[in-house]
Amino acid sequence: MEQNRNDNNFEQCIKCTVCTVYCPLAAVNPNFAGPKQAGPDGERYRLKNPLYYDESLDYCLNCKRCEVACPSNVKIGDIIQRARMKYSKKRPSLRDWMLANTDIMGRLNTTFAPLVNRILKLQATKGVMEALLAIDHRRSFPAYSNHKFTTWFKMRTWQRSYKHYVTYFHGCYVNYNYPQLGKDLVRVLNAIGYGVHLLEDEECCGVALIANGLTRQARKQGMVNLLSIRKVVAKGEQVVTTSSTCTFTMRDEYPSVLGLDNADVRDSIVMATKFIYELMDSDQVRIAFREDFHKRVAYHTPCHMEKLGWAVYSTSLLRMIPGLELLMLESQCCGIAGTYGFKKENYVYSQKIGEDLFKQIKSMPVEVVATDCETCKWQIEMNSGIPVVNPISILAEAIDFEKTKKLNKVK
Amino acid sequence: MRFDTIIIGGGLSGLMAGINLMQRGQRCLIISSGQSALHFFSGSMELYGVEGCPMEAIARLPESHPYSKIGVDNIQAIIDTVKPFFQEIGFIFNGDSNVNHYRITPMGTLKPVWLTMEEYAHVTDRNNFPWHQAALINIEGFLDFHASFLAAGLGKLGVESRIANVTLPQLEHIRKNPTEMRSTNIAKVLTGDVIQRLAAEVNLATNDAEVVIMPAVVGLYGKEEVNSLKDKVYKPLRFIPTMPPSVPGIRMQIALRHFFQKIGGVYLLGDSVESGIIRKNSLLGISTTNHGEMRFEADNYIMATGSFFSHGLRASADAIYEPVLDLDTVFGGARSKWYNEKLFAEQPYMKFGIATDNEFHALKEGTALQNVYVVGAGLSGFDAIKEGCGAGVSITTAIHVANTIINKSSNGTEQK
Ligand SMILES: Cc1cc2nc3c(=O)[nH]c(=O)nc-3n(C[C@H](O)[C@H](O)[C@H](O)COP(=O)(O)OP(=O)(O)OC[C@H]3O[C@@H](n4cnc5c(N)ncnc54)[C@H](O)[C@@H]3O)c2cc1C
Ligand code: SF4
Ligand code: SF4
Repeated sequence: MEQNRNDNNFEQCIKCTVCTVYCPLAAVNPNFAGPKQAGPDGERYRLKNPLYYDESLDYCLNCKRCEVACPSNVKIGDIIQRARMKYSKKRPSLRDWMLANTDIMGRLNTTFAPLVNRILKLQATKGVMEALLAIDHRRSFPAYSNHKFTTWFKMRTWQRSYKHYVTYFHGCYVNYNYPQLGKDLVRVLNAIGYGVHLLEDEECCGVALIANGLTRQARKQGMVNLLSIRKVVAKGEQVVTTSSTCTFTMRDEYPSVLGLDNADVRDSIVMATKFIYELMDSDQVRIAFREDFHKRVAYHTPCHMEKLGWAVYSTSLLRMIPGLELLMLESQCCGIAGTYGFKKENYVYSQKIGEDLFKQIKSMPVEVVATDCETCKWQIEMNSGIPVVNPISILAEAIDFEKTKKLNKVK
Repeated sequence: MRFDTIIIGGGLSGLMAGINLMQRGQRCLIISSGQSALHFFSGSMELYGVEGCPMEAIARLPESHPYSKIGVDNIQAIIDTVKPFFQEIGFIFNGDSNVNHYRITPMGTLKPVWLTMEEYAHVTDRNNFPWHQAALINIEGFLDFHASFLAAGLGKLGVESRIANVTLPQLEHIRKNPTEMRSTNIAKVLTGDVIQRLAAEVNLATNDAEVVIMPAVVGLYGKEEVNSLKDKVYKPLRFIPTMPPSVPGIRMQIALRHFFQKIGGVYLLGDSVESGIIRKNSLLGISTTNHGEMRFEADNYIMATGSFFSHGLRASADAIYEPVLDLDTVFGGARSKWYNEKLFAEQPYMKFGIATDNEFHALKEGTALQNVYVVGAGLSGFDAIKEGCGAGVSITTAIHVANTIINKSSNGTEQK
């Protein structure tokens, strides 16, 4: 089938306005022109005269739901992101820089975690952050962990050798905020006979840098990641992640927004749920589940998971767990879109976008929400009060590790 | 990943086939690259656009027509299930397959159709209108509805109408951006308490009219808004289709997909089937854009990829082709013969489409693929617009093929 992977495919647009129907932002923010106008329509004008660039494009969440809906395969989100990079006169503020540098902030905050967490919770801090940095005071911050995932990983003394290996791109969130998810993944992979490596050099995937206009830095970090990824792919290893946004960024935003060619490794960057599902589906590994595990779970499809089209792997994996009852939430944006919802100017829209989803979750008799994105987790937990976990952590909770190891002949 | 049936294309025909198969115990996957022709839906479904009885006209169609391949008796059995099914998912249609009624077009003309959503303007007798004084309400600044054309058309039919524009402060929002004053954006605003205000404005503008007619800009995600407005407006309220996107069409698309997912179907939106592997006249598996190497496999496959608009068919300089499996197509002669210069004349290309045998098996190089079926707008041998049979062909071919697949597999198990 013909795909439109060329750079500017705005001429493909047939003006059907379907994209605008599905844009979560156009529904709540009257100042945003909507994907059709901001994307293909606007591009026509901008090419004639850059003065037609409209700063309201900054409101775009880069959720890509417009692209998923477009019947003509117009890369609307990419057109908008590239226009922002090319024409925007706005310089990133200190706030933008802080939010975007998830890894630098993470490193600092992990070191001082107990203190930072306490400070971030204080109303006074929130007031100061809002006044100085325009970070909305109503937002609760994700807690920082007091030890990094990578520190834990390197300190493991009980490493053994495995027949197969896979490389884990842990991302900033697992490293600084929630190492437990990384530990869960390592445990599951080990139990099915897979050893875990980390990349020689892992930088933040750069999604927040792109969103905050720090393109040059994003490109530099992307190059570092691709270099490391190439090395492991050359050894025949796949790179797995537990974040749909990191995956999407490295697979799709690197070439389309940052101009980094990743064609040689793109297919080797996958979500861990897809990786494990495929191993099970082709009978290469087997998993035994605990008999006493029972849980009612609702699955939320993050925007970038929707764009990847891979929610089916996470949900199929969850459905394999005998004691798990899975309810599907209607696939819609939760409103956070990474660092977007933290900004004062976006807070109200961010909350309005998610309203429907939160209502749906609260009306369901579920114990946890499962999702593959860390920022969705913050947003949904803050607004529904229901704990949100990664499918991999649910898997880790449901697995009978001893039996599973035996099934896969792991000592 | 393995399924019983994989359906390529998630518009009306793909979803009807998928729902039907799931309800009879199959496990189905639908892959759909984008939204469908339902986004253009007029509020009416067409079976065959003639005055009087559509089934009589269907009985006289040539052999190459999809309806002729299904057969009149089978068609009747299938269409008897349509109204109850849609009622179950929240859409109430009026109409009868024994005699067409008329929908009122945005130009104020009458078009014979099979089923019309109850809240849409339609009449059963063209010479005997239930009302003669109408209030045509438009939303100030909404350009996809031409009240003056409608008024002129209705005038010729003996209905006198008065046009009134209403506006609401809540719409100020989107009015700032005239290009975004579109049906769906308006419908997003017209919910909750805003309905009460709208009803008040409408009632003020109604005067002595016997009916209130307005563009279909209410009820995008559910029917509550329509019902609530109907309750609050004093006179009978009827809707007229707008320019696309169609508010009720999108609601229907979403409702069908939800229903399919609720009964356990897997629906992949925004993914495209790129190719498939065919051996010994059977399709073994397919690859999609998002799933890379991973192939989806099934016992049977249904092509529900639509026509040119949905990219189910494509045109090169000298041929019409089917882009996924390169199936055989039916088209006529040189490119210059494909079009009629007169825009509203019969367009030869409208009948072009994928070639099938009488059981709707797709043909490739003249041979039928044993596990690949074609349904809906991508089929050859009919002109949905000129004949007025779009939804009819999509629904009947979809359910007919679902029947064929179920019968085939139950025969298969008996033999085993
Ligand atoms: C402008 C317009 C207005 C119409 N209005 C009416 C009306 O009011 N009433 C009526 O009865 N009929 C109407 N019709 C006729 C209409 O064609 C049918 O009613 C029906 O909706 C067609 O449904 P379908 O499922 O066969 O095709 P479509 O709705 O076209 O669906 C095909 C689907 O397949 C997907 N697809 C295509 N290729 C691939 C691929 N390779 N991989 C994955 N997915 C793919 C497309 O994205 C699309 O979602 C109208 C048609 C048009 C064009
Ligand atoms: S959905 Fe695609 S084709 Fe339709 S208006 Fe939007 S960009 Fe254009
Ligand atoms: S990426 Fe999301 S927010 Fe941006 S235009 Fe598309 S749908 Fe709207």
